[in-house]
Amino acid sequence: MARLNVNPTRMELKKLKARLNTAVRGHKLLKDKSDEMIRRFTVMARENLALRREVEGELSRILREFQVARSVTPAYRAEAAFALPSQAVRAECSTASVMGLDVPKISLSQSGSGGLPYAFFEITSEADYSVSKVSQLLPKLVRLAEVEKSVRMLADEIERNKRRVNALEYVMIPQLEETIAYIREKLSENERAALVRIMKVKGKNAT
Amino acid sequence: MTGKMAIVGDGDSIMVFQAAGVSAFAAENEKKAREVLRKIAKDFDVIFLTEELARPLADFLKRFDEAPYPVVLPIPSGKGDGGFGEELVRSAAERALGIDIFFNNGPREATEETHQ
Repeated sequence: MARLNVNPTRMELKKLKARLNTAVRGHKLLKDKSDEMIRRFTVMARENLALRREVEGELSRILREFQVARSVTPAYRAEAAFALPSQAVRAECSTASVMGLDVPKISLSQSGSGGLPYAFFEITSEADYSVSKVSQLLPKLVRLAEVEKSVRMLADEIERNKRRVNALEYVMIPQLEETIAYIREKLSENERAALVRIMKVKGKNAT
Repeated sequence: MTGKMAIVGDGDSIMVFQAAGVSAFAAENEKKAREVLRKIAKDFDVIFLTEELARPLADFLKRFDEAPYPVVLPIPSGKGDGGFGEELVRSAAERALGIDIFFNNGPREATEETHQ
C-alpha cells in the first residue's frame, strides 16, 4: 500500500493521527448506517414484491376484461366515450425520510362525482365494472409506486454507501496507518542517530 | 403538495385509466414514449407506464431514480407477458445486497410466505 507523501516530522505525525481517528470513527458510523439501511431494504423489498404480484394479477385481469368489454363497441365510439373523464384523481405528494434519504410519500385524494364519463347506452355494462375496479385499485397502485421508488432509491444509496465504507476500510485507513508507522520509525531512527553522535562527541572530548 | 397522475401506454390499456381519472397519454412505441415522458416528467408526479414500453426504456427510466419525484411505475398491460416490475425489484435487491433474497425458493412460494 502506498504511503502518503509527507515529511516525517512530529507535526505531521500528530495531524495524521487525528485523521486516522476521524477515519476510523467515520468508517464505523458508515458501516452501522449500511447495516440499518440493508435491514430496512429487505423489509421494504419484500413488501414491494408481494404488493406488485397482487397488483399485477388484479390489473391484468381487469385489463383483459376491459378489452373484451370494449370490443363490443366500435373503437371510435369507445374512444369518444372515454375521452372526457368526469372525475379527477389527485395525489397528495410529500416526502418521507428513510435514513436521511428523501423518499416519496403519496396518498390519494379522489375528487369528482365518482360516476362514469359516458352514458350507459354507449358502452356495455362490463366496462363499468372495469372502470370501477381500476378506481378501487388506484390506492394500491399508488402505494406500490411509493414503495417501489423507495426501494430503488434505497438500493442506490446502499450501493453508494458501500463504496464509501470500502474506500475508508481498504484505502484510507491502511494508508494512514502505514504513513504513521513510517514517520515513527524515521523519528526514532533520527533519535538514535543523534544519540550516537552525542556519545561520539563526548568520547572524543574525554580522550 | 398536490400532484397529478398520468399513464403512458398504448390505446387500449390507457382508456380504462382515463375513465378512472388519470390523465392518459398515448404512445405506440418506445421512441414516442420517451418523448412523452420527457415532456410530462415535470408536470406529473406519478406516471404509470405499460410494461412493453418500460422494458426497452429501462436505462432511460433509471435517471428518474435520482430524485423522489416523479415516480415512474411500470404496470402490466393487457397483452404483455409481464414480469418486468419483478425484475426491477430483483435487480435492486441484487445491487444492494449482492444476493438475490427472494428467488432461491421459487417466486410463488415467496408470495405465500409474505401473506402469512
